[in-house]
Amino acid sequence: MALLQISEPGQTAAPHQHKLAAGIDLGTTNSLVATVRSGLAEILPDENGKHLLPSVVRYRLGLPPQVGEEARAALTEDPHNTISSVKRFMGRGLADICKGCSCSEYDFAENTGSDSTVPRIRTVAGDISPVEASAEILKILKARAEKTLGGELTGVVITVPAYFDDAQRQATKDAAQLASLTVLRLLNEPTAAAVAYGLDRKSEGVHVVYDLGGGTFDISILRLNRGVFEVMSTAGNTALGGDDFDRTIAQWLAEQAGLGTEMTVHKMRVLRAEACRAKEALSAVESVSVSVSRDDGSVWQGELDREQLNILIDPLIQKTLSPCRRALRDAGIELDEIEDVVMVGGSTRSPRVREQVGEFFHCDVLVDIDPDKVVAVGAAIQADILVGNKPDNEMLLLDVIPLSLGIETMGGLVEKVIPRNATIPCAKAQEFTTFKDGQTALAVHVVQGERELVSDCRSLARFELRGIPPMVAGAARIRVTFQVDADGLLSVTAREQASGVESSVQVKPSYGLSDSEIEQMLRDSMAHAEEDVAARNLREMQVEAGRAIEAVESALVTDANLLSAGERARLDAALEDLRVQAEGSDHVHIKQAIETLNAASDDFAARRMDAGIHAAMAGHKLEEFS
Amino acid sequence: MALTLTDAAAARIKTFLENRGSGYGLRLGVKTSGCSGMAYVLEFADQTEAEDAVFEDKGVKIIIDPKSLVYLDGTELDYAKEGLNEGFKFNNPNVKDSCGCGESFTV
Repeated sequence: MALLQISEPGQTAAPHQHKLAAGIDLGTTNSLVATVRSGLAEILPDENGKHLLPSVVRYRLGLPPQVGEEARAALTEDPHNTISSVKRFMGRGLADICKGCSCSEYDFAENTGSDSTVPRIRTVAGDISPVEASAEILKILKARAEKTLGGELTGVVITVPAYFDDAQRQATKDAAQLASLTVLRLLNEPTAAAVAYGLDRKSEGVHVVYDLGGGTFDISILRLNRGVFEVMSTAGNTALGGDDFDRTIAQWLAEQAGLGTEMTVHKMRVLRAEACRAKEALSAVESVSVSVSRDDGSVWQGELDREQLNILIDPLIQKTLSPCRRALRDAGIELDEIEDVVMVGGSTRSPRVREQVGEFFHCDVLVDIDPDKVVAVGAAIQADILVGNKPDNEMLLLDVIPLSLGIETMGGLVEKVIPRNATIPCAKAQEFTTFKDGQTALAVHVVQGERELVSDCRSLARFELRGIPPMVAGAARIRVTFQVDADGLLSVTAREQASGVESSVQVKPSYGLSDSEIEQMLRDSMAHAEEDVAARNLREMQVEAGRAIEAVESALVTDANLLSAGERARLDAALEDLRVQAEGSDHVHIKQAIETLNAASDDFAARRMDAGIHAAMAGHKLEEFS
Repeated sequence: MALTLTDAAAARIKTFLENRGSGYGLRLGVKTSGCSGMAYVLEFADQTEAEDAVFEDKGVKIIIDPKSLVYLDGTELDYAKEGLNEGFKFNNPNVKDSCGCGESFTV
């Protein structure tokens, strides 16, 4: 006899048609799977009643990989074949990983094939990519859920840090595919946490989600408006978490015990394990005894109290607060608008973290739901809705665009139409015009990125708008509309307002983005901010120079007779000087040359105007103009 | 004509209703479908229809439409654990035969 679950009114499935869904929190340190049964979201335990699956995979020669507790136990004895915190490597290039300090622990294979950006870790079972290792973890969770629920999963919701870029999200989806899971949606972890707390049942308000996990830190500001969550801004640090707390404490232990800086991988792991144990114990007690064995076999014994721990971790907690400020600024939110702070991630068990965060935001911190489980619970609730076990979509979770979308304008510059962090679905329109007299076509080049120049951004699509009626430059009004639907599909439409001619294209913003590209682009935009401003100034000035030259030249063609020889020579010299300067790279010089040309042509322009008016008025009586 | 709940079932239903935050009771029923004729319906109930029969057992309201009641009379609803899985079980004296998986039955 099958075991049945209570459904929502009218949603009872036909026999063998149960739609089983699960939420998966694929974490840096631990992973969990949760599901909604009879309306109640629960974390699914394994046969031993354990909820957390350590995100550790150990590869063995000729044997299937070990995942979880067993693999974690082997971390110290078999470090090179045991992969932990693999989430940090997801969708990142080798160069990015080596910027952190964690790469020393693994033997990354040299880039051999065409797939050069994906790092592979050398193990006894061959070279393993982070996606494959993640898939092993997902397979275990899938098996656990299917065994518990007694059927195949229809779909899952997997959570990712809000800070994950498209490449990292795609890597997560790839891992799910490798594990034969159908991904209903990737959900931002903070949004999942807010759902778990039932914040969606309130009517409105601003909520902050502070997520300090094992390896990543995320801060998200969500606004709830009539039951709809909108992610207002996100910020974070993909390389900051509880692991860093452990590392700092381990360093302190090493110093106290008088160990040298040169340490084997094995020794480092032992120290870290001790540091982690001490840190966790200090959440409940004031002081804990620690011991470290030295190389000569002697053992150092010591005490670590909360005060010392606070001194060690305070700089790291402070490091989390600057993304908090950034997120507040991006969202345009004042501290007093925030209703509460949802605490997520094992590291928020630390009383010091709670204290500092509460102080920073001046409000209550929500800690009722186990911070390790809250994300998976929210994912399960969302999965249940998406799979269709609820009568109607009770909530619509909005996502954000990871990088700005825009079009190329004259001079190879980017005009941003939809800014980064805009919530989707969304639509924005902007008006553009023609640059030349009688221009009948317009090439629309859609790009994504934060930089000022097209060449530094990602090209997404190109299309042409033809059939614009011939007009003088700047007279045509071309409305370019960007529309991103709920699945992140972008469509761009260009329409000439007067004639109604229209052209459009559809693109998937993440299409073709290779590993680490987006992240690199983001980083570049910050690193090259000043350069970009200079480049923009130069290009704008060059475009301006071109316009000025063209205007004067076309005037000379028709009205050269209005000038004396001396005037003509001065004007030609100014023109020539501007042409030379426009080729150069100093926007100040170009500006001066434009001004010189303008000054030289002022009289000419005035005379042309007079002549024009004279011609227009000749033969007419004064009364006709009043 | 009556239906009963085991203690375990009643306790779970109360928890689920509480967690859901709304709901009048539990609707039981049968519908024709499945590999062996009939399938059980187990849903939260937000409202009752005029012809519905309402029973109360161990503090839980059970709502059944009159057609289903014929098939379910005397049924005891239980909550059981089987391995990692857990859920509700209909102990229905009217059942003559059920399909292998037990999701559908004939009377």
